[in-house]
Amino acid sequence: MEELFKQYQEDISPLLMEEIKSLIPPKTGKTKVKAILEQVKKEIALSSVDPGECVGMVSAESLGEPGTQMTLNTFHFAGVAEMNVTVGLPRIIEILDGRKTISTPTMEIYLKGAAAKGTGIKKIAARIKETRLVELIASIETNIAEGLIEIELNQETIKDMELTVPGIAKLMEKAVKGWTLKYDKNIFTLKAKAKEDTINALYKTKEKLKKLFISGVKGVTQVLPVKHGDEYVIVTFGSNLKDLLKLDFVDGQRSMTNDIHEIAAVFGIEAARQAIINEVFKVIENQGLNVDIRHIMLVSETMCISGMIKGITRYGVVNLKSSVLARASFETPLRHIINAAMIGEQDHLTSVVENVMINQPVPVGTGLPGLVTEVKMKKKD
Amino acid sequence: MKKEEQPTDAETAEKVETADENPAVAVEETEVPAAEAADPGTSGTADPKDTSSDTATAAPAGEEEPAKDKTPPEEPWDVMSEAPIYRKISSITFGMFSPKIIKKMAKAKVVTPELYDKEGYPVDGGLMDTRLGVIDPGLKCRTDGLKLKDCLGHFGYIELARPVIHIKFVSKILNILRSIDRENSRLLLPENKIKVYRAKLRKIEAEQGEEEARIYIKKLIATMKATTKSPHSNAKQYPITLEKPSTFMENDKRLTPIEIRTRLEKIPDDDLELLGLNPEVARPEWMVLTVLSIPPVTMRPSITLESGERSEDDLTHKLGDIVRINQRLFENINAGAPEIIIEDLWDLLQYHVTTFFDNDVAQLPPARHRSGQPLKTITERIKSKEGRIRYNLAGKRTNFSARTVISPDPMIAIDEVGVPRVVAMKLSVPETLTEWNMAYLKKFVERGPGVYPGANYIVRPDGKKKKITEESKEQVLEELQPGYHVERHLMDGDIAVFNRQPSLHRMSMMCHRIRVLPGRTFRLNPAVCAPYNADFDGDEMNLHIPQTEEARAEAELLMEVETQLISPRYGLSIIGCVQDAISGNYMLTKELSFDRQQAAGLLFSIGVSDFSKLPKKDIITGKELFSVLLPSDFSFNGQSNDGEPVKIKNGKVIKGHLDKATLGEGQGLLLRTIHKKYGAAMTIKILGNIFKLGTRVLQLHGFTTPISDTDLPAHAKAKIKDVINRADVMVAQLIEDYHAGKLDAFPSRSLMETLELRILDTLNQARNETGQLVATYSDQNSHTMIMASSGARGNLLNLAQMAACVGQQAMRGKRIDNGYNDTTLSAFKKHDRSSEARGFIKAGFKNGLSPSEFFFMGMTGRDSLMDTALRTPKSGYLYRRLANAMQDLKVDYDHTVRDATNKMIQFKYGEDGIDVSRSEGGKINVKRIVENVLGI
Repeated sequence: MEELFKQYQEDISPLLMEEIKSLIPPKTGKTKVKAILEQVKKEIALSSVDPGECVGMVSAESLGEPGTQMTLNTFHFAGVAEMNVTVGLPRIIEILDGRKTISTPTMEIYLKGAAAKGTGIKKIAARIKETRLVELIASIETNIAEGLIEIELNQETIKDMELTVPGIAKLMEKAVKGWTLKYDKNIFTLKAKAKEDTINALYKTKEKLKKLFISGVKGVTQVLPVKHGDEYVIVTFGSNLKDLLKLDFVDGQRSMTNDIHEIAAVFGIEAARQAIINEVFKVIENQGLNVDIRHIMLVSETMCISGMIKGITRYGVVNLKSSVLARASFETPLRHIINAAMIGEQDHLTSVVENVMINQPVPVGTGLPGLVTEVKMKKKD
Repeated sequence: MKKEEQPTDAETAEKVETADENPAVAVEETEVPAAEAADPGTSGTADPKDTSSDTATAAPAGEEEPAKDKTPPEEPWDVMSEAPIYRKISSITFGMFSPKIIKKMAKAKVVTPELYDKEGYPVDGGLMDTRLGVIDPGLKCRTDGLKLKDCLGHFGYIELARPVIHIKFVSKILNILRSIDRENSRLLLPENKIKVYRAKLRKIEAEQGEEEARIYIKKLIATMKATTKSPHSNAKQYPITLEKPSTFMENDKRLTPIEIRTRLEKIPDDDLELLGLNPEVARPEWMVLTVLSIPPVTMRPSITLESGERSEDDLTHKLGDIVRINQRLFENINAGAPEIIIEDLWDLLQYHVTTFFDNDVAQLPPARHRSGQPLKTITERIKSKEGRIRYNLAGKRTNFSARTVISPDPMIAIDEVGVPRVVAMKLSVPETLTEWNMAYLKKFVERGPGVYPGANYIVRPDGKKKKITEESKEQVLEELQPGYHVERHLMDGDIAVFNRQPSLHRMSMMCHRIRVLPGRTFRLNPAVCAPYNADFDGDEMNLHIPQTEEARAEAELLMEVETQLISPRYGLSIIGCVQDAISGNYMLTKELSFDRQQAAGLLFSIGVSDFSKLPKKDIITGKELFSVLLPSDFSFNGQSNDGEPVKIKNGKVIKGHLDKATLGEGQGLLLRTIHKKYGAAMTIKILGNIFKLGTRVLQLHGFTTPISDTDLPAHAKAKIKDVINRADVMVAQLIEDYHAGKLDAFPSRSLMETLELRILDTLNQARNETGQLVATYSDQNSHTMIMASSGARGNLLNLAQMAACVGQQAMRGKRIDNGYNDTTLSAFKKHDRSSEARGFIKAGFKNGLSPSEFFFMGMTGRDSLMDTALRTPKSGYLYRRLANAMQDLKVDYDHTVRDATNKMIQFKYGEDGIDVSRSEGGKINVKRIVENVLGI
């Protein structure tokens, strides 16, 4: 039986093969199985795309048409205790634009070991959340007369965050150079080494200290432990995959961010390609719409083909086109024509719009095949 | 190339050329011999003409002037003629015009701002010089001797008294000036480095493309800009700044265009490459204009007003200004006027030339008409949606089309379109006359244009069209012989392309067969409303009649309704039963039965005359009646809308009832199975019959939505009231807890947010409960319920909203918020958080809303209107961008997906090479195959 399956390995994808195997009841005769495989093979052949099919246009339509049915300005409020994430059309636009900064970056952090079951989940969440000095401060005062900054830290918070006073002192010393730092228990005093320090500098240092990064993952401003199934997951606002993956209690294999550019930077372009597919698919599914994954795949592929994430904009994908006229027909036509003129660019009229412009058949679909035939050249008189 | 297209082609190239003065377009042509041999007779006569017009648009660089020895034009070609395409444009090269080329291609030098003399005849050496083409009927072009419409126009030129900067190149000039030695115009790079950089640039260009090369050049220019001492002459370099829009300053001293031009002239060709210029097509000094090319008259035609006055084109106005100032500048220079006056005039000339190219330059006041409306000059003509490129070049218009209001007709087939007779007599189909159809076609000509089905025109083999009139009829009949075409009226069965905007997907344009009907609207089967997204509240649609055999073949094979049954978006049917057809079949298969005579009558009324499948019984159930429409070897297992199993075996409905889940579009699984098994043509036929049966059943049975459908028994009403009251109490309790501080906040939420969420939750629960009550207590057999449960229209929520309680009105996911006065409406106290003060509508639509409820409803209604109004352009733009970025992608013969430059995008389309529109929901249905083979 296995041999029979092997025979069809070339024609039937492993996934389909698995499905067939699971559907065939045990004790099915060999001829029957063969008949099934033959049928499936035939079906695949019948369902395959025709050469010349303008799949790009079909994908664009398939994504553009449901766009009119998507909601705008609506935030996700599913469940009582979830984060608000941009959804619907604005999110799709954001992804396809290839925007570097997205409006609601979030991570979904899976945990290893006992934490996944919920033990100490609050503490872990607190460790992930970005902590700045302000959050630890009980009081902060500037002594203008003596040029001092006096900080009193909240001891309980320090304890809760599993931080130590000397550790914080070290961070503070690093952050503000040129100041001498003394501390007694939870009271810190800073004095400028340089004598003629202005009040202005004093205030500046104070503000700087307030924003001093103490612990956690930079950029993560909110954390929220959520129960997904029987597992606890931490949902965050703010995304920083690179630093997150350094934490040992985080399950790096499953944790995700919705920031495509970050994925590209951390895992590379192939991962980003998949991330675009996943994110777009998620939004469309969420809206109760139905778009085949192949279309999203093709869009994602065009965005990533250059090795970088290029948005579907005049600066991104469209700018990569080889044809001057195709670029000009999209946006800012004059810029493209002028730049082309300066380097003597040649347009070989290989894509669709240029041929529409000059009334020639377009090289897709039925315009693709040519006819080769021998003809006698007409004599010139 | 057909005659009709010529002007467009030529105009295009010319306009692009002039657009930037120097940037030019060279059209390279290759001969396509294949078609040339097709018809020696016709192509022979057209050849010289075509060549000349093409060369006129072509190659400024090095190309000779167009041949003067043209034969006078033959009879103009008509659209219908089958003139072979024997020339193909294979590439277009862009470049700049040098002064030499401008002069060479010019047919006249413009020296006077006057346009016409006293007799109204164009002045020689004026802007309307007849050597530049003609726009008056009766006049002949002095360059090619052709008349209006045949002469494409010719360029002229003006010699500028002083050089002027081309506004479109200002930033490039600045970059160049900053990168070169002010004394000897060499690059500010050491000699040995230049070679290294050049090699590197070439490598980048070859390997990574022009875009990367451009970035590299940018970097180079940045380093050169920073150099303050020339490595060639050791001369100190001063900072050069740009005073917008076009004045260059070096060390606070003004650089005149003359100085700039001399500096640019001195740059050696070899250095230009590193500045991003190709010296063969773009010398930098050409960016400073010494001569100005004058676009042909045909490109800026004047219009004659009713009063007989001439109104000139904006471009002519602008050119007039330029010539006038130029003239004055010349005179002043020759007269030895003071430098200040000359400089003023020079600046004025610069202003006019600048606004001639672009009338929307920042820092410059736009040139205006006397009425104060800004002139539309070259940039404005090309740019934007209404500009040349997107409006005229990428957008094509067509003849043989019609548009009118649509209305439904379930009795015509799904792939038919009802065309009013008036339209059918106006549009026509060309038929080639042969020996064999001579008699047939002559009958049409005999009837003429006024009698249906007649003919409107005949077309001679040379392409000349002749109208058939009562007078010319006899003569035309005489003339007809094989090879002629007859443009006859539309008839039943002809092919038409039917379209409704916005054409968002390919199913928005489908091919239908014509059915000529009385009336004044297009008729279409309601089943195809879904793909067109059409309804009948006044929608209009367009009809196009393909005119060639190729077009008809493509329309038929690729665009037929039956080929579009399955949406390529998700692989399920997009055409299915809707509305009446669903509720009709639902009732039919669920509860109705007929006596034999009735059943036969019903079948006959939908066009089924084979009653052999009707069981030989006196009483025939709806299931049996429905089964008649199915093929006798058809089996199907599925589910209905309410989750009950549906079983069809050997063409007989055994179990369950049919509804939206089996017959509707989208899920319509029964249709999908029929489609797989019997093919598209059969599906269309069966679907048409099912559709007709459904509507017919409803017509016989009667179907309406009375207001009494929303009546509830008294005890149900009391229960609903109770539910709502309880919710109110709970909300009050929550608010009290909140104020007492007894409320526990949700994680990472403030107390206030928690309260809101809890209230929202409570109220939604209450509404759902009322819905449940309505579902249990309202009449299950009411027509409203039938519509909801069959999926034809509406749902239980709609019914509940009418009968019981509308529910919470939400804005941006929240309850309606406080206004400026800490209250939603002045009817409520400040900070009132109770349900009724925040937009919870207790009443149902039938009982009527209270004034405040009505107001809240208005708020959300307005909000959702805004949402739609804002979403449409946003998603439209996204769609345009996607389409533009991906339109070139196609599946190649090796099943890879490639773009226009043959770059591979995917190894296999969708990673498995499966066409979604041929799949079942994007998948291969293995289960069905296994069941089929094993006979389960």
